[in-house]
Amino acid sequence: MKINEIFETIEMIDNQHFDVRTITLGISLFDCIRGTADETATAVYDKITREAAKLVATAEKISRELGVPIVNKRVSVTPASLIFAPFPNEYIKLAKALDKAAHELGIDFIGGYSALVQKSFTDSEKSFIKSIPQALTETSRLCSSVNVASTRAGINMNAIAMMGDVIKETAYLTRENDSIGCAKLVVFANAVEDNPFMAGAFHGVSEGDKVVNVGVSGPGVVKCALEKIKGGDLTDIAEEIKKTAFKITRVGQLVAQRACEELGAEFGIVDLSLAPTPVMGDSVAHILEEIGLESVGACGTTAALAMLNDAVKKGGLMASNHIGGLSGAFIPVSEDIGMINGIACGSLTLEKLEAMTAVCSVGLDMIAIPGDTPASTIAGLIADEAAIGVVNNKTTAVRVIPVHGKTIGDTATFGGLLGFAPICKINTFSCDKMISRGGRIPAPLHSNKN
Amino acid sequence: MRAVLTVVGKDKKGIIYYVSKELNEMNINIEDISQTIMQGYFTMMMVVDMESSTLDFEAIKKKLELLGESCSVDIKIQHEAIFNCMHKL
Repeated sequence: MKINEIFETIEMIDNQHFDVRTITLGISLFDCIRGTADETATAVYDKITREAAKLVATAEKISRELGVPIVNKRVSVTPASLIFAPFPNEYIKLAKALDKAAHELGIDFIGGYSALVQKSFTDSEKSFIKSIPQALTETSRLCSSVNVASTRAGINMNAIAMMGDVIKETAYLTRENDSIGCAKLVVFANAVEDNPFMAGAFHGVSEGDKVVNVGVSGPGVVKCALEKIKGGDLTDIAEEIKKTAFKITRVGQLVAQRACEELGAEFGIVDLSLAPTPVMGDSVAHILEEIGLESVGACGTTAALAMLNDAVKKGGLMASNHIGGLSGAFIPVSEDIGMINGIACGSLTLEKLEAMTAVCSVGLDMIAIPGDTPASTIAGLIADEAAIGVVNNKTTAVRVIPVHGKTIGDTATFGGLLGFAPICKINTFSCDKMISRGGRIPAPLHSNKN
Repeated sequence: MRAVLTVVGKDKKGIIYYVSKELNEMNINIEDISQTIMQGYFTMMMVVDMESSTLDFEAIKKKLELLGESCSVDIKIQHEAIFNCMHKL
């Protein structure tokens, strides 16, 4: 073992914000369905608290032994819309059982208050979607997601129209806290079943009973690595990012293996995503600026991000037996100090963010928009993002917060890792007529590969 | 279990002595040792085998951290796996 390598690792942890962002335990709830809503909710609570009883203690033990922080401990479950389908008017009971389990376990978030309606929806799923605003208002650790489009199925515009209303209602119901309910709600296209990151994590229907998925982080490590090669060309930069991503991901793989042994769970995936936080030195935007942009959002941003995202994947692929989840670079605005500054100084706009989502994971994320934005405009934004995902055969998502009572010039504060964000300008021309048409946008030509 | 112990701090007399003494008292064997001055700081790395120690990892870590405080140096102990996974194929 070489002394310089030892201290490189320690430097990453101590000074460059390297951490394992989350250990997420996926738990199947299919065997919890009972004859009544109350019995089912009880069975759900019992199973989660039993299976994940050691999750927090295990994560802390691994963290102490390896000397690397493990920031979040989370649980994802089978989409709630499926588990409570026989009780369509009582979804709130399930929401509360999930939230209660999260509190009992001491975990940060529980994900899976979710529905998969990319093609169409059942009556139960419609009831479920309508329950989301209340569920997010009356719980604190519950996260919700709805998949409204896929490359195979096309885009469910009826679901998207509903989600515009759901986001507005959630914003209103949580208006006392800058509409924070919307920060726990993601609308997906091509959602993945093994994502360990919130708010979009759910335990897919094809998953096993109990699965560990791990998400690593390390924008600060990548930036510091790039600082050392100031004169290099873009090939050199890509190479350095690959090497760094490899090292980061190997730790994710190690933590996932250790967690599986301790928890008696199956190893799922390591998610390679570079996940920023609002603290200085942990920003994806600052990596792009280190590459050579005056401020994130300048011309060249999309190209730099495409290279970063690709290099992270190439470096990470060899470091883990199974990669999955979202795996790329995240560009959440409120959770990244460089993105926040970009919006504040005017270099970064919603339209540029949309372009950036075409080349990275995951989408328009944690963007605060004016509270008076119409539901149909939000639906239009979701439709645009879904179209990027469907046509490019990738996951995209929208997590926007129409902050009730706030407008351009104001700032919304969500706290903790969710950060804060200046209200971002959104196009005010109407798409109401298009959204009110409803229907399903057919799947693209290249989905027909059989 | 094998672990990597690192010591960083202002150079002064007796650091290696105190660390070795503490390890010996905890029945921990030193398998490898390497020391240098980096950017003006005393920097030492040891690979240690904790198999024979009756103390658990937590207790060992705690004792070493206390020793570090009393010597005004930063002492860390980490499972060797994190270094192997990052730097070895």
